Amino acid sequence: MALVLTEEQSMLRDSARGLISDKAPVSHLRHLRDSKDPIGFSKEFWHSFAEMGFAGLLVPEEFGGSGLGYVEAGVVMEEIGRTLMPSPFLATSVVAASALNRGGNAGQKSEYLPKISNGSLLATLAVDEGAKHRPLQTGLQAVRAGNGFRLSGAKALVVDGHVADLLIVAARTAGSAGEREGLTLFLVSPAAKGVAIERTIMVDAHNAARIELANVEVDADSVLGEIDQGAALLDGVLDIGRGAVASEMVGLSEEVFNRTVEYLKSRKQFGKLIGEFQALQHRAAELYVDIEITRAAVMKALQALDTDVAKAASSVAVAKARAGTTATRAVQEGVQMHGGMGMTDQFDIGFFMKRARVCEELFGDANYHTEQLARARGY
Amino acid sequence: MTDSRASETETADLETFRSETRAWLEANCPPEMRKPATSDADVFWGGRNAKFSSEPQRIWFERMRDKGWTVPDWPKEYGGGGLSAAEHKVLRAEMGRIGARPPLSSFGIWMLGPALLKYGNDAQKKEHLPKIAGGLIRWCQGYSEPNAGSDLASLQTRAESDGDDFVITGSKIWTSYANYADWIFCLVRTDPAAKKHDGISFILFDMASKGVSTKPILLISGYSPFCETFFDNVRVPKSHVVGTVNRGWDVAKYLLQHERAMISGMGERGVGRPLGQIAADSVGTDALGRLDDSMLRGRIASFDVDEAALAACAERAVDLAKAGQAHPAFSSAMKYYGTELNKRRYEILMSAGGVDALEWESERSRQGARPRAWLRTKANSIEGGTTEVMLGIVAKRILDLPGA
Repeated sequence: MALVLTEEQSMLRDSARGLISDKAPVSHLRHLRDSKDPIGFSKEFWHSFAEMGFAGLLVPEEFGGSGLGYVEAGVVMEEIGRTLMPSPFLATSVVAASALNRGGNAGQKSEYLPKISNGSLLATLAVDEGAKHRPLQTGLQAVRAGNGFRLSGAKALVVDGHVADLLIVAARTAGSAGEREGLTLFLVSPAAKGVAIERTIMVDAHNAARIELANVEVDADSVLGEIDQGAALLDGVLDIGRGAVASEMVGLSEEVFNRTVEYLKSRKQFGKLIGEFQALQHRAAELYVDIEITRAAVMKALQALDTDVAKAASSVAVAKARAGTTATRAVQEGVQMHGGMGMTDQFDIGFFMKRARVCEELFGDANYHTEQLARARGY
Repeated sequence: MTDSRASETETADLETFRSETRAWLEANCPPEMRKPATSDADVFWGGRNAKFSSEPQRIWFERMRDKGWTVPDWPKEYGGGGLSAAEHKVLRAEMGRIGARPPLSSFGIWMLGPALLKYGNDAQKKEHLPKIAGGLIRWCQGYSEPNAGSDLASLQTRAESDGDDFVITGSKIWTSYANYADWIFCLVRTDPAAKKHDGISFILFDMASKGVSTKPILLISGYSPFCETFFDNVRVPKSHVVGTVNRGWDVAKYLLQHERAMISGMGERGVGRPLGQIAADSVGTDALGRLDDSMLRGRIASFDVDEAALAACAERAVDLAKAGQAHPAFSSAMKYYGTELNKRRYEILMSAGGVDALEWESERSRQGARPRAWLRTKANSIEGGTTEVMLGIVAKRILDLPGA
């Protein structure tokens, strides 16, 4: 498979870019933040996104979706990264849709996937519990109770958790924190008795929640995938999410970089354009190379996911690790090279810095994924 | 629909090519040639005085040559394999799968050949390309001069017109393996009055010509892969100029792109066991089987991330070129990153090797193979254009930043 976009993928990129840059430029996020929007994104825009087939992009056609792959999802995420558009695409259309499609039984798929495709259902994965992403450390307890289970514990950084209609909760049905065995995914209604949701407005003005489950009762049908054997499903779904976030970070990095290079070509000091200074030229060139290399690594990972999710782990680890360090570098250079302007809220560049920080923590930071690669290579 | 059917046929053909190639390589690549080269003797460079260091090396070279696979993507009429870009990629992947060494290493293949294919006339192509493909002539590159390094276009070696000949006088430096080379491709000044880029010609001549001499330069590695090369009234027919007289800079730049691609790929030769496992041999592991030096382990893992990402980028660069979307200066980006990464690799290897990596002359250390290789890598970010020159090219030609 060539590491370039096909004609169809380029067309998808163009249509996503047209729509997003037109309807949801960075000023859209700024407005949502400044107006203290109660949900933090535009439902109206989400519906038009769904009408264009983006909400069900990964959902098979039999469930009303477009049946496209992870490269295509990455194409859309990259465009989202360019304008920082807050939207349920990541949590609902990429992560939750993949979890349901890969782990769901016939009944679960036909109940939820069509609603994801038409934009009427928002769903999210609740996995992290501590300050850092450690999926195997999942400790939220699920104990058998009657015909079903009783769930107790807390989740953090649940993306879109404050608006989700469906929670996919990683829980421990056996074993103890740190073990692969004994993990199970559950479908939980946020309206169920014992569920407490606190919206957490984050540094990047995007949306997440802390969720507490206190003796929440679910029936046996709410198990997604196999009891005690949820780790493999979770790994695959997380890798899909990581590939998507890495794509968002590529788009974000490139946008910051383009804005920075434009600034170097227009800002004058000491009687010349600051882009004439070799100190800045070389730093810009290094950053350009970093972004190009990361773009290739991310594309490689998305193709690997399309080929076989179960065998994509190392490519995904490389992609997410690279995307993290590259985006971090891009936003720091972006602010530094914009000088005092880069420090002002009035200027957009800070929004990119804040979003990059959140993307870095989502589904494991660069350290986490570098560690995963070391383990996979046996040293 | 026609398009997708055509591409399906293409994919099926490619899969057939893959299985045939795999079978052929399995049957024809000697087991000895499936291990990474560990010394210069393991590399076959061809040429008039070439000697094979082993029988498997000879067999492997001859079999590959007979298929045209010393230069798989060159046209068959010049001794190449006539493979498409996609087939070439498959062949490289299949050779990589079994760890097959390149059968022939040559500046003729990596640098001159591509330039001749683009700028050479028919007679030059027919004369030189088959001899490169067949490993009959070994080439060297006459570019840098004592006073023209990063500022290559300021070169001063003169070529004065005399009837049908040029008479060449001057000196070159850092001429790789000039003392073993049969012919040289050389940049000379044919118009001293023109602006520096406009008076240069690209010319080919025999190193056995009267007036040519070489002197190896001893490097910090203790090896002498480079020479000083002197020309004292060397007479060369004007028909040996490639491209137009005084337009040699175009050829030189084109060739440099290939040279940079070659140098950026140098690190890939070391592939084999993961760096972390090599390190474990000397550093040891803890109870969990992890490298018993957590800082070093972190450095190695970061290196591995960057190396895997660079490999993807190299693959993408080829695919972009095939799709006609490549930026001509992108090889400078790859050269910069690939060489800095290779230096990192050897800093890690030295650190991992500890005391064992300090031995310079023992049999045990294969005559100090590791420290010598480590020192050799320091040239990677200098030769073929320094890192600073590469970043300058990226800044100006790709990013279009202002100034000089």
